[in-house]
Amino acid sequence: MWRIVAHRLAIAVPTLVLVSMIVFGLQKMLPGDPVLALAGEDQDPHVIATLRHQYHLDRPVPVQYALWVRDLMHGNLGTALRTGVPVTTLIAQKLPVTLQLATFAMVIAVIIGLTAGVLSASNRGRALDHIANIFALSGMSIPNFWLGILLILVVSVHWHWLPSSGYVSPSEDFWLSIKTMIMPAFVLGAALGAQLMRHTRSAMLSVLHADYVRTARAKGLLRTTVIVKHAFRNALIPIVTVLALLFGELLAGAVLTEQVFTIPGFGKLIVDAVFNRDYAVVQGVVLVTALTYIAVNLVADIVYVLLNPKLRRR
Amino acid sequence: MATVSAATSAPQAPARRGRRRALAKFARNRAALVGAAIVLIVIVVAALAPWISPFDPVQADFLHVRSAPDAMHWFGTDELGRDILSRMIWGARASLAAGVVSVAVAVAIGVPLGLIAGYFGGLIDTVVSRVADALLSIPFLILAIALAAFLGQSLTNAMIAIGVSAMPRFVRLSRGQAIAVKAEEYVEGARAIGLDDTRIVLRYILPNVLPPIIVQASLTVATAIIAEASLSFLGLGQLPPAPSWGSMLNSAKDFVSEAPWMSIFPGVAIFLTVLGFNLLGDGLRDALDPREH
Repeated sequence: MWRIVAHRLAIAVPTLVLVSMIVFGLQKMLPGDPVLALAGEDQDPHVIATLRHQYHLDRPVPVQYALWVRDLMHGNLGTALRTGVPVTTLIAQKLPVTLQLATFAMVIAVIIGLTAGVLSASNRGRALDHIANIFALSGMSIPNFWLGILLILVVSVHWHWLPSSGYVSPSEDFWLSIKTMIMPAFVLGAALGAQLMRHTRSAMLSVLHADYVRTARAKGLLRTTVIVKHAFRNALIPIVTVLALLFGELLAGAVLTEQVFTIPGFGKLIVDAVFNRDYAVVQGVVLVTALTYIAVNLVADIVYVLLNPKLRRR
Repeated sequence: MATVSAATSAPQAPARRGRRRALAKFARNRAALVGAAIVLIVIVVAALAPWISPFDPVQADFLHVRSAPDAMHWFGTDELGRDILSRMIWGARASLAAGVVSVAVAVAIGVPLGLIAGYFGGLIDTVVSRVADALLSIPFLILAIALAAFLGQSLTNAMIAIGVSAMPRFVRLSRGQAIAVKAEEYVEGARAIGLDDTRIVLRYILPNVLPPIIVQASLTVATAIIAEASLSFLGLGQLPPAPSWGSMLNSAKDFVSEAPWMSIFPGVAIFLTVLGFNLLGDGLRDALDPREH
């Protein structure tokens, strides 16, 4: 088992290095000389030279990259252009908000996706299967920002059931925090739930035809017991990997959801940074997102090994 | 010579039969046909935009600001009095262009890289696969936002950004297919009769890799249309005043309660178009890849 875990780790390391290169390379794609933009209208040669030296832009690109990685290792992702706040501080403030939203959305997606997937597979070809499939396809086709706008229109504007936007920390007011999170989390979780449903259905269908499920049925076990205890437990193993892969979509979807519901999270941070031309913040968000994604997938790989008895014994 | 023709024609007859069978299977799939019909309608609307659009899509009319749908403006008007139906008809061009061009970019870069990596293996495979893994670890939309931010805001840059973000999927897919196909007997045969690598890849590997690429491409067009709408919604895609469904929703979000028609119609257009491509993609997968079911 440890050999498999070590192998997964060994793959993650070069991926991390390449991600850092891509993120570093982003700033090289900027048109024009960034120092000239920073130097202001005077374009004083002395100021330009000082700035070039300060940002290591007078050094060769590989050296610039090495120095950037060195700063990165010390937790230094630069400072925000307008506020001067360190990027790491900004990310540390915003990330928990997005993680709260993502966790909520994941819970909703898992509840919708797994339930619909199991029901759909165990009723293959029947009305319930068709309805679940239509919902899944619709969920995958609906842009989540539009779903958010529609929900605001119906649930907040017409029915006055839930607040239309904003964020309240759970430590401030727990119930209000839940109330403000329900709609954004549903919007974010719906598309994910739709994809999860399709994966669960497919995993369940392959398991339902396995010999041990047939044996369980032949033994006279209840249909529900066979589906939940025998089939679902085994179908769950590949779904762990799918969940981790979908986590990336969750982070990306959060950008739009936070924009629609004015949630001051990670997604809103990157969009605001783009418009403020705060490239260090954009780089920081991309890097932390990729690191989180790699870490989640690494954990999923390890959980997969732990859940799968065949791999565990190796 | 007889050996050469035998080696080269061997996979072609079953391939033709397979194509006919796939076409028949696709024609029997009602959901796929509905998808194809939706896609066709959107293409026709986009192509005929100058002739069927009732109003100029960028012409402001301050006497009819945020008018509700009526006999003159079927889908109402926006915050500048522009006709929403006309903007949607012209917006179809931006959405389709974004979907098709970005996928073309992804296929044009990703498939050759994947084929080379899968066919030759070794160091080149390791490098290409690791770069694809690294790109895949940055979520699609986040990478597209970052690229759009650094390249600048425009529809063209959005298409490039979406294309580059989608590219690793095609690298992985074509690499995997190339690895599977290169072990086939007819590829061994082609190698034995002395065909060079380029000809083997183009003549034997590529045609066999195409069906899953076509399926993936049609599904990725759906993702790309949502991605373009998302980028335009965030203000990183189509620049005003040119219409795009995403940018229409961006301005609509400030008038959700006062002018709901501004949000409803462009959203329905995105939803139906993406649904069309998803149904089409699912149908193509069912028809071209029997292993899926």
